[in-house]
Amino acid sequence: MTAAVALQDREVAVDEEGYLVNLSDWNEDVAKTMAADDSIALTDNHWEVINFLREYYAEYQVAPAIRVLTKAIGKKLGPEKGNSKYLYELFPYGPAKQACRYAGLPKPTGCI
Amino acid sequence: MSDTQANEGGDRKVKRFMFVNRKAPYGTIYALEALEVVLIGAAFDQDVSLVFADDGVYQLKKGQQTKGIGQKNFSPTYRALEDYDIEKLYVERESLQARGLSPDDLLVPVRVLGSAELSVLMDEQDVLLSF
Amino acid sequence: MAVLHTTNKSPLQTRDLESCLRLTRPGSGILLMEDAVYGALRSTEASARLAQAAKDRRIYVLGPDLAARGFTPEEVIDEVEVVDYGGFVDLVAEHHHVQAWV
Repeated sequence: MTAAVALQDREVAVDEEGYLVNLSDWNEDVAKTMAADDSIALTDNHWEVINFLREYYAEYQVAPAIRVLTKAIGKKLGPEKGNSKYLYELFPYGPAKQACRYAGLPKPTGCI
Repeated sequence: MSDTQANEGGDRKVKRFMFVNRKAPYGTIYALEALEVVLIGAAFDQDVSLVFADDGVYQLKKGQQTKGIGQKNFSPTYRALEDYDIEKLYVERESLQARGLSPDDLLVPVRVLGSAELSVLMDEQDVLLSF
Repeated sequence: MAVLHTTNKSPLQTRDLESCLRLTRPGSGILLMEDAVYGALRSTEASARLAQAAKDRRIYVLGPDLAARGFTPEEVIDEVEVVDYGGFVDLVAEHHHVQAWV
């Protein structure tokens, strides 16, 4: 059973938890639409995390667990961003899970 | 894993977990399954080490290109283990030699140990997981 | 036309390739695929055995399976020919039967 996210010009298939079925379907509109469906307007701060996740996945072929994401963000963007309070404010449904979904990645490995 | 919580309410002792990887990647699912268990298990903050022996050493071979066989190349994920605080990677020297490989052929830094040393390490573990 | 034998297990870990070699006749074709491709590499403990077997048998190795495992055709012993999926199909068509040593 697959669902879909409706973009202006097409639909993209997602699984029962809302993650893209085909990672290659992703573009910025997909992220914006998924966020809008959660009543969130993506800001530069959101994009910083989404882009970070996409780069992480391209490099390591894995969507990082929350603890790994927090630490890695801290290393790259500084301690004021590498903490769970900051990340949970941006992504209230759970930074790794929600941001990975917007970034078009699979559900993070190591999220329990 | 109920035995990791033997002292309920008391201090949970950090246990030593060793994952023993003996299979080549792609031909069977063992290597990928082991890697996923390791990543998920990292959340439990235990003392984790990975051993690569026999054909398991091939999991770490540099330059894997899986487009032609239509499977996901999961070898880059071994380089993310450090981010998951998994830093004890051991490779058996005899297995490398039997395959004409050296540590330079591997995509992550590892400690190369002889079988005698590895067997001592195995004895010291609380939990051994075989893949 | 002879039989094409295929084998998909690493000869460094199992005896399947050895069984295959023992039960193939001179003139047979043998295709190493999946984890059996490790058997075609230079400088492993299995290299000499395969080079010996290649004296009176035609031995092939599947290129995409080699690449997936991080090896190039240059790392394959001279006696073994690298084929792609098209070559695999040709081999199957050229032989009367296929025996898979799974």
